[in-house]
Amino acid sequence: MLSATNITVTFGRRDVLHDVSFNAAPGALTAIVGPNGSGKTTLLKAMTAEVPHDGKVLLNGTDIDTAKPWQLAAMRGVLPQATPLAFPFTVAEVVRLGLMNGTSGGSPHLVPAALERVGLSGYAARFYQELSGGEQQRVQLARVLAQVWEPMHNNTPRWLFLDEPVSALDIGHQLLVMQIARDFADAGGGVVAVMHDLNLTAMFADDVALISDGRILAQGTPEAVFTNTLLSQAYHCAVQVNTTPPSGTFLLPHVAQA
Amino acid sequence: MAFALHSPAATALEGDRSLRAHRLTLVLVGGLLLAMLASLAIGASGTSLWQALWDLARGEELELRERVVLWDIRLPRTLMGVAVGAALAVSGATMQGLFRNPLADPGLIGVSAGAAFGAIVAIVLGGLLPVAISAALGYYIVPIAAFAGSWAMTLILYHVSTRKGRTSVATMLLAGIGLGALTGAVGGVLIYIADDAQLRTLTFWGMGSIAGATWSKLFAALPLMLAALIATPFIAKGLNGLALGEAAASHMGIDVQRTKNVAILAVAAAVGAAVAVSGGIGFVGIVVPHLLRLAVGPDHTYLLRNSALLGATLLLVADIISRMIIAPAELPIGIIMAVIGGPFFLWILLRRRGLVDM
Repeated sequence: MLSATNITVTFGRRDVLHDVSFNAAPGALTAIVGPNGSGKTTLLKAMTAEVPHDGKVLLNGTDIDTAKPWQLAAMRGVLPQATPLAFPFTVAEVVRLGLMNGTSGGSPHLVPAALERVGLSGYAARFYQELSGGEQQRVQLARVLAQVWEPMHNNTPRWLFLDEPVSALDIGHQLLVMQIARDFADAGGGVVAVMHDLNLTAMFADDVALISDGRILAQGTPEAVFTNTLLSQAYHCAVQVNTTPPSGTFLLPHVAQA
Repeated sequence: MAFALHSPAATALEGDRSLRAHRLTLVLVGGLLLAMLASLAIGASGTSLWQALWDLARGEELELRERVVLWDIRLPRTLMGVAVGAALAVSGATMQGLFRNPLADPGLIGVSAGAAFGAIVAIVLGGLLPVAISAALGYYIVPIAAFAGSWAMTLILYHVSTRKGRTSVATMLLAGIGLGALTGAVGGVLIYIADDAQLRTLTFWGMGSIAGATWSKLFAALPLMLAALIATPFIAKGLNGLALGEAAASHMGIDVQRTKNVAILAVAAAVGAAVAVSGGIGFVGIVVPHLLRLAVGPDHTYLLRNSALLGATLLLVADIISRMIIAPAELPIGIIMAVIGGPFFLWILLRRRGLVDM
């Protein structure tokens, strides 16, 4: 279980997050959506102990602000929006960095397995810095997967924190990455993903938190949260939600002309 | 090493250069041993290492002259070259990992500026010390002042750039520029009032040399350099993690602050000691790690130890050249290093232009 209570984050004098409480369950894919600058990424960073914050975050019952980095690394992997790399590592060497905490058993054979999972077999010997942005993003996902390869470890769920994991990807790879997140959750792990694409969110997420101006406007199933009223209020524009016939669950937010 | 060659992690996975790096370590060990032998064998006095060994093997006593040249001059000088070269190269690799920049060097944490300032103060103002103190310190006053200066500077910069237990390396770099300007100005005033003999001493100190190596200098400086050589491999994974940024390193289980603390302390100790006993020797810390990264990649688990080996070898070779080139006189090793290092470095940059901004 991930529970964040009364999270406030202040940059300078401005509250970026104001008294936010947020829960995510293992076995589910929980998405955080909202307009630019609403505090989505900041909430994710507060929950991964990356930015100083008021309030308390418990991950599997462990207070993340007092836990050691290696204890947290054994429980969860974090995929940032973009990861610049300082030195010319090969793709395989970058993915192997995910193994250094040793909690995945540390077998180097996870490296090709993780690369295959993200559709980058044959990229192992390439230089990371020579790849495209979307390919780099998938290499980083492979690194994070290598770190928490088994979604359940000693009967305890592990977690993936993904910050806009598909923003640099084409539609085919968007589906691939979302399916990886879906499979991780279905195998018992927890996934928390900051998302921009509401359609993909509607397709894959079990639970959605809608953030606007540093506050959570609503949290629930995509059907409950993706309503004309809530989305229009959050994004400050008129949004029309259509349900497509085949599955009945596919929501298509349509931005109407003002 | 033999163990590492057969460990499962060293089996050749595609894109994994660790096997090559392990093999390179073996080659570098061989190269260092050869350089050490050459350093013991070559010198202005014409004393033959082989003759001395042959005499020893036959159970004969060494002549006094042989014993002095080999045991009291060449051996401490060789070991000092190994220690200083290894310390400078490993410190360079560590700083580059910490600052995530292949051009970083120990100067960024104030070590060099502090040492230079300490040396200037000792050379120019050393005569003002009470006779009892200056007599007790003797020849060691400059090394001691250089070491004290490097530590003082590093500690001040560390203090300035650490808030709530977090050290900002960017702040440290900027504070280093500010404090460096200040010590440079004060040092400039001291140079201005220095007499000709002091200026000459200062100039030669700045060029660097291990010609004055003695057993007592070696025993004073070696523990600090050795401590750094032993400590840095423990933060190799941390430095690898930092290549992806501090946040990502922390998420992968690295204690980032501890990595920084060990890196800064180790480099301050190693470079402070190295500069104190050998003056300013440049290029080793930048050229050696850079070459090794080109050859077998940037993974610090083997970059650090390979840097130590290649740095030691390079410094010994430069020292051998420095005693041969205008024998029986000697050129300062700093000049040799610059003559070898500068063009070589330019050649690498030209050849691999695409990698410069990495």
